[in-house]
Amino acid sequence: MTMNILKRKAKKQKQSASHKKWTIGFLIAAVVIWIFYTYIMGNLPDGPQTVFQNWLPPTTVNEAMVWVICALGLNIVVGYAGLLDLGFVAFWAIGGYSAGWFMSTFFQQANFHFLSPKDVAKQPGIHLTFWVVLGLGGLICAMFGIIIGAPTLRLKSDYLALVTLGFGEIIPQFFTNGENIGGFNLSNGTKGISPVDNISIGPRILGPFDFSWKFAIFVFLTAVMVFISLRLRKGRLGRAWLAIREDELAASMMGVPLMSTKLAAYAVGAFSGGVGGVAFATHVNGVFADRFNFSISIILLAMVVLGGMGNVWGVMVGALLVAWINSTGLPAFGDLVNTTFNTNINFPSYNFLLFGGVLILMMLFKREGMIPESRLKAILHEADDTTSNVGGAH
Amino acid sequence: MSSALTAKEITVRFGGLTAVNNVSFDIPTGKIVSLIGPNGAGKTTFFNVLTGLYKPTSGNVLFGEEDITARPPHKIASGGVARTFQNIRLFGLMTAEENVMVAMHSHLKAGIIATILGTPGQRREEKMARDEARALLDFVGIGKWAGEYARNLSYGDQRRLEVARALALKPKVLLLDEPTAGMNPQESLTFINFVYKVRDEQDVSILLIEHDMSVVMSVSERVTVLDQGEKIAEGSPAEIKANQRVIEAYLGKAKGEKA
Ligand SMILES: Nc1ncnc2c1ncn2[C@@H]1O[C@H](COP(=O)(O)OP(=O)(O)OP(=O)(O)O)[C@@H](O)[C@H]1O
Ligand SMILES: [Mg+2]
Repeated sequence: MTMNILKRKAKKQKQSASHKKWTIGFLIAAVVIWIFYTYIMGNLPDGPQTVFQNWLPPTTVNEAMVWVICALGLNIVVGYAGLLDLGFVAFWAIGGYSAGWFMSTFFQQANFHFLSPKDVAKQPGIHLTFWVVLGLGGLICAMFGIIIGAPTLRLKSDYLALVTLGFGEIIPQFFTNGENIGGFNLSNGTKGISPVDNISIGPRILGPFDFSWKFAIFVFLTAVMVFISLRLRKGRLGRAWLAIREDELAASMMGVPLMSTKLAAYAVGAFSGGVGGVAFATHVNGVFADRFNFSISIILLAMVVLGGMGNVWGVMVGALLVAWINSTGLPAFGDLVNTTFNTNINFPSYNFLLFGGVLILMMLFKREGMIPESRLKAILHEADDTTSNVGGAH
Repeated sequence: MSSALTAKEITVRFGGLTAVNNVSFDIPTGKIVSLIGPNGAGKTTFFNVLTGLYKPTSGNVLFGEEDITARPPHKIASGGVARTFQNIRLFGLMTAEENVMVAMHSHLKAGIIATILGTPGQRREEKMARDEARALLDFVGIGKWAGEYARNLSYGDQRRLEVARALALKPKVLLLDEPTAGMNPQESLTFINFVYKVRDEQDVSILLIEHDMSVVMSVSERVTVLDQGEKIAEGSPAEIKANQRVIEAYLGKAKGEKA
């Protein structure tokens, strides 16, 4: 008996120890990066500074953090609950427009300020502080997640994927054409909404070039999303999500309400997408409808799958890596190759070829992702040994 | 005598095939009764109707006095009708303990916010659920595998885990679909004693689908026979053994298969 208890304890400790290790690693990396960009990079001699500007500029790092936040949201839907979502860009867009609506002069007719930075105190429009808009954007997305999910989650997963795909197309289209909705300008059409207010922390206002502080804020948001993911995963809801992922029918036979449990996954995932969208709007200082295209949904999905479905740390690493390759990694590598070999190849245009290839290779040789959830590793590495599951049934 | 679960004139059709034809049936409170019949007789289909997975083409299911025919499956389950599956359906990549705790879902209350914040109430509830899950695993005799993935358990232990998981629903009625399939006679015997223990200590009424006649005859207080979707006999094990129609439809075939 004591043996058993000890064994149980050991297993549990191993799990939380691994989370602890990753958390510490994450925080150390964040602090190192922050110190580097705040104090060191500007004082480097020209040569190394250019190298960093080319290979890893602060904007890239910040944008990658936004991708991480959104990918963590998608991970709840895809990784935890096992629902395929091909239209996650919709939530990113709605989050972005929340920032556009509630942190800019866009609604000229209104004049509402709440804890907004001092530099916009005299301007018309709705100006809420970034921190409130984060929650608001998240909640609006969660609401949309439920609205979309309620009628569609009854569908079998393949059809559900198609509906989410459609949703991901419709929402950005809606914003693109949202200049005149019964005479009301909701989105400013293709012109987008710009600029959005700066982030303020107390009396301090972060300008558009205050990269390192924005980085700190994005790290904080990421940490919050990781915390939420891990807490939920461990609790009642997380167990129900996993059970649905494993065997939906058995889950319902064990008293798990499929609809509301799936909706919860949708809502929490969408919330995260909304937070990411708001963060992104402050990062690029505006919202622009043409940015929200299908490829974002696919890249997010690739991040989750490549990183390791269901494991927040894997997803984080996957998102950072893919975002980096996407924004600076590949162009910088291309420049290097072109100048060294005197060629003229447009590397970024092979972006999707590269991703497609990597995805195929991953699915062939490392299906569980780079840093898999321990339980997935268990199954996929004995995948061909199907007999181990049920010994001689029937 | 009161009935824990009553099925009234249940008919299930799949297109042209009538899988269950006008079957009435009840599970008396506190008893162990069995449903037998040759392959394809409609036993599992009947189970699926009782648990709400299939809606019958016609007929009603009563839980106590309540009509639960139209209720969604998860509500029937959390209301007190639990089952195991003929072809084991555990959550393979969740631990034994987690499997049991999933079935407590409807009895637990913690919402999203409370779970994220880890409120004292949520922590207390989780701890209670975990203790209860371990007690159930100990009860079915697989306490030492609490932290193991369900898919790694031996076949017999997976069957036990299915029972523990079903019991976590705190059911009034427990439906077991061929629980001894794939067990040797020795294991089956152990299982019979286990079923008694479940009935007596967990205070449930039990309906058993079984192919193994020795199990059926020794454990059940009443046996119902289905053949091609029709109820062809019902009575005590002794009566069923002597029933000519049953022997023709079922026992003969089963004996032939076994040999
Ligand atoms: N979902 C379904 N769709 C169509 N036909 C079905 C379905 N489920 C069961 N059947 C058919 O209904 C009949 C009864 O099947 P059922 O599984 O209930 O038999 P059973 O008595 O449990 O048999 P076994 O002893 O082999 O488990 C079979 O002919 C089966 O093919
Ligand atoms: Mg069957």
